[in-house]
Amino acid sequence: MAERRYSKTHEWVTVDGKTATVGISDFAQAQLGDVVFLDLPKPGRKVGKGEAFGVIESVKAASDLYSPVNGTVAAVNENLTSHPELVNSDPYGEGWILKVDLAGAVPTDLMDEADYKKAAEAGAH
Amino acid sequence: MRSARIRPTYRVSASPRSCATNEAAAALPGFAGLHPYQDEETVQGALELMYRLERALCAIVGVDRVTLQPAAGAHGEWTALRMIQAYHRSRGDKRSEVLVPDSAHGTNPASAALSGFQVVEVRSGPDGRISLADLESKLSPQVAALMLTNPNTLGLFEREILDVAEMVHATGAMLYYDGANLNAFMGVARPGDMGFDAVHMNLHKTFTTPHGGGGPGAGPVGVKADLIPFLPHPTVEQSDGHYTFDFKRPKSIGRVRSFYGNFGMLVRAYTYILAMGGDGLTQASLDAVLSANYLRKQVEGVLDLPHEGPCMHEFVASAHNLAPQGVKALDVAKGLLERDFYAPTVYFPLVVAEAIMVEPTETESKATLDAFAAALKEIVEQARTDPAALHAEPHSLPVGRLDEVGTARRITAYLTGQSEDPVLRWKRVQK
Repeated sequence: MAERRYSKTHEWVTVDGKTATVGISDFAQAQLGDVVFLDLPKPGRKVGKGEAFGVIESVKAASDLYSPVNGTVAAVNENLTSHPELVNSDPYGEGWILKVDLAGAVPTDLMDEADYKKAAEAGAH
Repeated sequence: MRSARIRPTYRVSASPRSCATNEAAAALPGFAGLHPYQDEETVQGALELMYRLERALCAIVGVDRVTLQPAAGAHGEWTALRMIQAYHRSRGDKRSEVLVPDSAHGTNPASAALSGFQVVEVRSGPDGRISLADLESKLSPQVAALMLTNPNTLGLFEREILDVAEMVHATGAMLYYDGANLNAFMGVARPGDMGFDAVHMNLHKTFTTPHGGGGPGAGPVGVKADLIPFLPHPTVEQSDGHYTFDFKRPKSIGRVRSFYGNFGMLVRAYTYILAMGGDGLTQASLDAVLSANYLRKQVEGVLDLPHEGPCMHEFVASAHNLAPQGVKALDVAKGLLERDFYAPTVYFPLVVAEAIMVEPTETESKATLDAFAAALKEIVEQARTDPAALHAEPHSLPVGRLDEVGTARRITAYLTGQSEDPVLRWKRVQK
């Protein structure tokens, strides 16, 4: 599944073999505003779908980050420590947040781009 | 009567006259010269004031006892949660979750987390009020309490509060009242009568003691009978006109503040309550609600109002309709500063995009409300015609746009060991 899928809590995920890459959506970064800090887990930590795995802070707000998949953290994007602004400038590329070794199948209730866009716009008032 | 959010910064709270009376009372030598180590016999007047203030607050919010110790609102939240935790534990009940609505003040989840609870969010419905269906799905025997602000942070009264209380109590959980918005119905309705078991109050907002740079806060917590054994000690007791501190409270959660709370604030709040009287407090609430609705009506068609009115003492507008011009809530707030108004709270509550929260309070005249609305209209007009000029404001203040993002990032870099520059330093100034 190279196609990007989205959770209701605005994380995105792409899957390559048994590895998932997770980040936050363009909509989410725009809502948060300039990101100043991310508190991320260490590799090896187990994450469950819908569970908070970290915190993202902008000047406006601090929000929990939720894992869209089940698995074990394989890597975190170390660049974000010194360059949190990558989440704003390139949320789907250089601004990726986690790589996860998947346990089991990818959840089927994640949204595709079109559905996510609709949901995000409806939720934004 | 909170910080006057639509006023220029020089005015923090309440009418100048009530502030002057408050200050005069607090400056009386018998109060101002007290030492906390003085013997009880020599401070009977001070104890009497604490006792009477407690009785007055009990009557205003509809509870059985009040602790005056907490130093501010969040401290009050934490104190109440500790009592609720102690209550459940005394019954052998290890409840681990606290429910908090998504529109809650940020201190609610923080206080719950600090007390060792798991925080579970309850969603708002489309009308901006707590969703009973979502609440139902999150209530369980694990839930120790629901923390609720009423009216909520959108300025909306939680109309189904009696149902909420019944649902919460049916599972054995307690209902906690965040008193930040008490000034919307003080003297009109009582949280205790709505079913709240623990109620915090901000003397530095609702009862006009200075805050926001003016002095320490005071966040008393009132409780119903079930929680009385767990109140912080000492309590003030009275027998035949003689007042004493009671330290012999075996189930007490202990002291939550050195000595007896911010006593000077207690004097000011008691003075305010006596000066206003019951009718005066009711009038203050009614006027606060009237001001907010008057202003809300003027803002219709200028900014988007995502929730249906009428509102209580505050309302939340959204600047999202200015997005096509690249103008955000922050720019509107800066524009208000440029026009001599104290900027309103922006980007809160989080459930409204580009939120602008306006709380005029009861102290503002119609002329001030009209001027504020006119300034908002001018800003929105400018957003359409010349957004670049708006982005450059304010010009007339000592500082313009601060680099909040850059500063936060540099501080983070220092704290995470990636930079040697601490950003903020104390410097001794040679005179």
